[in-house]
Amino acid sequence: MTSEFAVELRDVVKKFVTPEGNELNAVDHVSMQIKNGEFFSMLGSSGCGKTTSLRMIAGFEWPTEGEVYIEGRAMGHTPPFQRKVNTVFQSYALFQHMTVAQNIAFGLEMEGVGEDEIKKRVGRALEMVQLTGMERRRPKQLSGGQQQRVAVARALVKTPSVLLLDEPLGALDLKLRKEMQLELKALQQQLGITFIYVTHDQEEALTMSDRIAVMSKGKVQQLATPVEIYERPSNKFVADFIGESNFLEGTIKSLARDEAVVFVPALNAELRGMPMSSDFVNGEAVAISVRPEKIRIAENNAKGDGLFEAKVLTSVYIGSDTHVYVDMAGIRLKVMEQNRISRLDPSSFYTKDQIITLLFMPENTLVLKKD
Amino acid sequence: MLQRLRESKSMQGTFLALPTTLWLFVLLIIPLFLTLIVSFGQRSPDGGVIFSFSLDNYIRLLGYSTDCPGGQASCFDPLYVNILWRSLTLAFNTTAVVILLAYPLAYFIARAHPKRRNLFLFMVLIPLWTNFVIRVYAWMMLLRKEGAINIVIGWVAGLFGIEFTPLEMLYTPGAVLVGMVYEFLPFMILPIYTSLEKIDNSLYEAAADLGANAVKTLLRVTLPLSMPGVVAGTILVFIPVMGTFIVSDILGGRQVILVGNLIQRQFLDARDPTFGSAASLILMVMTLIVTYFYTRKFGFGEEIVAA
Amino acid sequence: MNPFKRSPFVIAAAVFVYTFLYAPILILILYSFNASRTNVTFDGFIPAFSERVEMDGSLVKASPCGPFHWYCDLAKNDDVIEAAGNTLTIAFTATLIATIIGTMAALALQRYDFKIKPFSQLSLYIPIVIPEIVMGIGILTLFSQAFGWLNNAFNLTGDARLALGIGTVTVSHIAFMVPFVTLVVQARLQGFDKSFEEAAMDLGANEWTTFRRVTFPMILPGVLSGALLAFTLSLDDFVITFFTNGPGSTTLPIYVYGLLRRIITPQVNALSTVWILIVFIAVLLLQWLQSREAKPAH
Repeated sequence: MTSEFAVELRDVVKKFVTPEGNELNAVDHVSMQIKNGEFFSMLGSSGCGKTTSLRMIAGFEWPTEGEVYIEGRAMGHTPPFQRKVNTVFQSYALFQHMTVAQNIAFGLEMEGVGEDEIKKRVGRALEMVQLTGMERRRPKQLSGGQQQRVAVARALVKTPSVLLLDEPLGALDLKLRKEMQLELKALQQQLGITFIYVTHDQEEALTMSDRIAVMSKGKVQQLATPVEIYERPSNKFVADFIGESNFLEGTIKSLARDEAVVFVPALNAELRGMPMSSDFVNGEAVAISVRPEKIRIAENNAKGDGLFEAKVLTSVYIGSDTHVYVDMAGIRLKVMEQNRISRLDPSSFYTKDQIITLLFMPENTLVLKKD
Repeated sequence: MLQRLRESKSMQGTFLALPTTLWLFVLLIIPLFLTLIVSFGQRSPDGGVIFSFSLDNYIRLLGYSTDCPGGQASCFDPLYVNILWRSLTLAFNTTAVVILLAYPLAYFIARAHPKRRNLFLFMVLIPLWTNFVIRVYAWMMLLRKEGAINIVIGWVAGLFGIEFTPLEMLYTPGAVLVGMVYEFLPFMILPIYTSLEKIDNSLYEAAADLGANAVKTLLRVTLPLSMPGVVAGTILVFIPVMGTFIVSDILGGRQVILVGNLIQRQFLDARDPTFGSAASLILMVMTLIVTYFYTRKFGFGEEIVAA
Repeated sequence: MNPFKRSPFVIAAAVFVYTFLYAPILILILYSFNASRTNVTFDGFIPAFSERVEMDGSLVKASPCGPFHWYCDLAKNDDVIEAAGNTLTIAFTATLIATIIGTMAALALQRYDFKIKPFSQLSLYIPIVIPEIVMGIGILTLFSQAFGWLNNAFNLTGDARLALGIGTVTVSHIAFMVPFVTLVVQARLQGFDKSFEEAAMDLGANEWTTFRRVTFPMILPGVLSGALLAFTLSLDDFVITFFTNGPGSTTLPIYVYGLLRRIITPQVNALSTVWILIVFIAVLLLQWLQSREAKPAH
C-alpha cells in the first residue's frame, strides 16, 4: 500500500447540464479521505451527489474539477477497467445471458486468469456468499437476495482494494435487508478491504459504517463516526436528517468553551447548551436542537433551570415507547419516553390538554449554526 | 486518436451514426432535391431532362391546357386534377374501411386468452408475408367474371332460383378499393392491437364499476386509449395507398388511374421525367400535409415501431 | 368483467376478417393445381401421371408430375430461378449491411449526444412518411443523372459503363431498410440499463470487449428482429426495385408483375404457393427458435 488512504477525493466538482440547459453542480467541492480497511458510507437523499461521487471513484464519470486518488495515485481519466476498484450495482447488473458462474468468472477472464484458477476462485467466491451449487443457474432464476449475493461475489472475486456499493440492498424487503446488512459488515471485517457504501437509509449507515459522510446538495455536511453524527451533528441539516430533532430558535447571549447560553424569545427564557461550532459570536442567531428521547418529563411543578411547562397535544403508544406531542409556549415538540414499566392503567398515560413539565439538560441541548 | 475517441462521447456518437446518416442523405434526401430540380425542367426529345426553371409542369398538373377541343389558346383540362382527387379520396376511403375491419379484429385478439393471442396475431401476419404482387394477383382471380366470387354468388342465387348474370367486378374502382384494403389491412390491425393490449383489465372493471355500459365503455375508455394505435395504423396505411400503382394497374386496368400510375407512366411509357417529378412532388406534399394535420391532432405514436 | 369479450358481434367480425384475409390465398393455391392452361376457370385437378405431358386443347390431361405439373414446369423455368437467385442475393446483402449500420446508428441515437443527432433521427422517418414511389423515382433520377455524368466524364464504354443492376437495387434497398432496423433496435435499447455495460467495464472489460461480451448479446434479439423485418421488406419490395433494376437484376416480384401483364398460366400460382410455403416455414422455424430461447433453461 502506497498511501494511508484507500481513496481520496480532493476538491472534486462534477457539473452536469440539465435537459433544460442549466448547469448543475451534482458534486460541489467535495473532499474526503477514506482510510484503508474502513467501512465508509455516503448518506443522503436522492440528488445529494453521493452516487455521482461513487461513480467518479469507479471511473464511470470524470470530475469536472479536482481529482480522485486511489491508493495515492491520481486517476485523471483512467477508464473503469483500469482501476483497482469494483462495484456492486443498485440493480445488481447481472448479465442475464450468462450463468451465475459465468457472471462471477467474467472479471477473472478479463484479467487473463487461467481456466483452472478461475474455477477454483469462482467456487470459493460462491462459498463465501453461501451460493454453492447455484453455478449453472441464470440470474433470473434466483431470488432478489441471491442475486444480490452473486453481485457481491462477482465484484469480490477480483480481490479489489476497494469495493464500491451503490445502494446494494435497496431492492430487498426489510427483513432480508437487515440480515444482509450484518452479513456485509461481517464480510468486510473478515476480508479487511475498504467498502464505500452509498445509501439513503440512515439506519443502514449507522448500523454498518465506521465513518459516514452526510451529503446534501452536492456538499459534505458532516464526515464523522456514527456516534458523532448522531450526538454531535455539525449543523441543523444533519441534526434534522439523522434521527429526529426538535428545533428552537434563539440568539447567543454568552459563550464559554463548551457551553453557550442562548436566549429563546418564544420561551422568554435562556437555555444552556453545547456549542457545535467553534466560531459562534455573541448575538448570533442560532438553532437549538434537542432529540425527542433526550427531553425528560419532570415532576409536576418542578422549578429551576431548563424546566418549562407544556401542554400535551396527543400521546401515541407504540409499544416500546410513548411519543408525546406537546405545545410549549406555541412551539410544537416531540418527546419520547421509554415504557420501562409494564402497566395498563389509563391514568398512568398522558392525556390531551394535560400540563407537564419538560427538562432540557445542557449536555442534551445542542447549539447549531442556522444554515 | 484512440484516446480522443475514447474520451469524446460526441465523436463516438457521430462515428456510429455516420454511415446510416450518410446513406440516407445520399439516397433519400439528395434524390428528393433532384426530383425538385427536375420538376422545374423540360423534357428533351430523347426523354431526358433539360434543366431550366419553368413552372410548366405544375401549371399543366393543375389543369392548364393548350390543346383545347374548342380551338381556344388555353382552357381548363381537369384530367390531372381528377387523378389527384381520385387518389386522395381512394386513400381516405381505404383507410376508413381498413379501420372498420381492423378494429374489431384487433379487439378480438387483444381480449382473447393470452395463450391463443400469439396464434391469432400470427394468423394476421401470414398473409402479410406473401408477396404484395401475389396478393393482387389473388384478387384478380377472385374478382374475374369467371372467378370464385361470381361462382359463389351464382350458386347461392341458384339455390333460391334467382336468375344471375356474373358481375363485372374486375377493372372497376370497387376492385381497386378491395385490393387496397386487402393489401394494407394487417398494417392497421397490428398497431391497434398493440395499443389495445396495453389497456389494463382493471380499467374496464373501473368503467363498469362507475356505471358505464358496454357502449359507453367502448366510446369513453377503449377508443380514446387505443387512439395512438389508430393514428399509427392510419399513417402506415394512408401514405402507401397514396403512392401505390400496382393495385390500380392490375385490378383497375385502364379504368382507374391514380397518381402513382401517372408518375410511373411518365418515367416508363411517356418518357417525361420532368412531369413525373412534378406529379411526384405534388403527391409528397399532399401526403405530408395530411400526415402533418393528422399527427398534430393525435400525436405520432410509438406504435409505428411496434408494428 | 369485460363487456365485449363474448360479444357475438366481435366474434362474427373476427371470423369475417380472417375469411377475407385467407380466402384469396386459398383460391390462389387451389388454382396452382388447375388442369386448365388458361387458368380462367378451375377445370379440375390434373388427373393422371404419364411419361409425357398430354394436352387436350388448353387442358392438361396427364403429366409426369401429375397434379403437380405446374410445379415441375416452374422448376424448369430458368427465368424464375434467376429471379429467385437475384432476390435472395439482394435481400441477404442488403440485410447484412442495413443491420450493421442501422444497429450502430441506434446505439448512437440512444446513447450519445452529437451535433448531427437531430438530423440523423429525423431522416429515419423519411421512408415512413414519404410514399415509396416518390423515393423510387428520386433514386432513379439520382442514378441516371450520376451515371450519365460519370460515364461521360470518364469516357466509360461497354461493360464499364455504370448502369442499373443488382448493385443499384441493393444500395437502394439498404436506404429504405436502415430506418426500420434502427427504429426497432432503438426501441429495444430504450429498456436497456446502462449499468450492465458499466458493470462489465468495472470488471475489467474495455469498450470493445464490453460491446462484444455484454451489449451485443443483450441487444441481439432486437437486432435479429430488426434484421428479419429488413429481410422481409427486401424480399417483398416491388416499387423501389421496379425503378432501380436493370437488365439481369429482375427479382421475383418484378418477374411476377411482368407475367400478370401478359399470359398467366397456373405456373404463377405454383410460384406463389412455393413462395408462401417457404415464408411460412421460415417464420415457423424462427418462432420456434425464439420460443426455445425465451424458455428458461432448467
